Amino acid sequence: MVLFMTPGLALFYGGMDRSRNVLNMFMMNFWCLLVVPLVWVIAGFSLAYSGSGTFIGNLDWTLLSGLGIDAAEAGGDGGKLLLACIFLGMFAVITPALISGAVADRMKFSAWAIFVPAWILLVYCPVSYWIYGGVWGDGLTGWLGVRGSLDFAGGTVIHVNAGIAALAAVLVLGKRKGWPREGHPPHSMPLVMLGTGILWFGWFGFNAGSAFDANGVAIQAFMNTFIAAAAAGLAWAIVERIRDGHFTNLGVASGIVAGLVAITPGAGYVSGMSPIWIGLAAGIICSFAVQLKFKGKFDDSLDVVGVHFMGGLIGSLMIGLFADPEFFGGTFAAGLFNGGGFGLLVEQMLANAVTIVFSFAMTTLILLAIKATIGVRVTEEEEESGLDLTQHAESAYNIGEVTMGRG
Amino acid sequence: MKLVTAVIKPFKVDDVKVALKEAGITGMTITEVKGFGRQGGHTETYRGTEYQVDFLPKVKIEAIVDDGDVSSVVDAIAAAANTDKIGDGKVWVTSVDELVRIRTGETGSAAI
Repeated sequence: MVLFMTPGLALFYGGMDRSRNVLNMFMMNFWCLLVVPLVWVIAGFSLAYSGSGTFIGNLDWTLLSGLGIDAAEAGGDGGKLLLACIFLGMFAVITPALISGAVADRMKFSAWAIFVPAWILLVYCPVSYWIYGGVWGDGLTGWLGVRGSLDFAGGTVIHVNAGIAALAAVLVLGKRKGWPREGHPPHSMPLVMLGTGILWFGWFGFNAGSAFDANGVAIQAFMNTFIAAAAAGLAWAIVERIRDGHFTNLGVASGIVAGLVAITPGAGYVSGMSPIWIGLAAGIICSFAVQLKFKGKFDDSLDVVGVHFMGGLIGSLMIGLFADPEFFGGTFAAGLFNGGGFGLLVEQMLANAVTIVFSFAMTTLILLAIKATIGVRVTEEEEESGLDLTQHAESAYNIGEVTMGRG
Repeated sequence: MKLVTAVIKPFKVDDVKVALKEAGITGMTITEVKGFGRQGGHTETYRGTEYQVDFLPKVKIEAIVDDGDVSSVVDAIAAAANTDKIGDGKVWVTSVDELVRIRTGETGSAAI
């Protein structure tokens, strides 16, 4: 289910892209599906979760060692850890895929091919460990997790992390030719809408599954995901109706995704009507945040910063307002509106601030290193002819009766 | 022989086809084209950003007719494609020097 999100994301992004770059967008996403699972089982999972360190995991689980399927009575865990490894591997696949939307239309594919595994090991694994480290051992030991930061299914670790990395990537790459004077409207809105539907479906697995059990928490996460996305899509659509005059498909799709992003960190921590407030806030704020790129002059092609970074940040901070340990019978801190004071809100701010600084700096370094060696950007001519043809020697749409000879 | 060319609104194609058949035309060619005239284009909005689309979709119709049929054909197109609103398009006539029917090798008016 979570795996299905990556092709869903490819449709969501690919439809928004221009027709000459859609296959490159698909390939950037599918590349994550090829490379990340292998990096994950070789070292990623171990670095992101194992041991009892403060900042990074050890190498105990590299090459899948220690992840057996022995039954519990034999001293094993019946494959629970192996299951966690594959489930969390899906998350690791989609995280760098999110960045692809920001670099669309101009990144050299070979540079992306190297960037993805490097980013997983150098950015995703450490940030993941800070919040979740030790959770599959004897309890949380990652320094942010120990301080009490909450991130149910990856608002900070996935969306804020990938969103700010996207901003770094955009700044290293530079803007597309002709932007912002020349418009780059979506080439196929039906693809975008289909991708949105698939993402929503996959997100149920993503959020509810993050309870790691078929329990009440999973049910509440399921419900939260359902209504937050609806509220955000509605909010974005209404903003557009008032501001621009029409309900647009892209507005609805963007709002749904912003809501899904925003409820991700709090899916297992908030209850009642809170997810609706989170969804409404995300839909409204993100619908304005996507305009920031024109003011800030950064060419975030498909609004990864405006939707994922902002959505993730809003959702993560709002846990500080709405976290409800009483409802879940949990041991985590309560949010401001549930009598918990400002403590949790401050922790959420800290975790996000640290992630933003680290991810931005590290992503910039990785990309500068690639830029200095093989280069990160296609030539101006390749950009104009389109990346499908120049990077992959394929065309997305061969329409008409013109035949191809066997060369 | 004359070539009658018309650029019209896409949804008027069927009306024009019927009118031309009634006027006795035996063949025509249509092409989907884009362009602008006095009507100008339209705007589309994506994520709050407005894009100006200058070239609007139109259909171009071409038919080769005998000199004597020109005025009835032009009138038929003009009547069928008219909506009284801006953007209805244009009809124009040009001379044709030679014409060959490929299958039979007939030339001139016999090939129409």
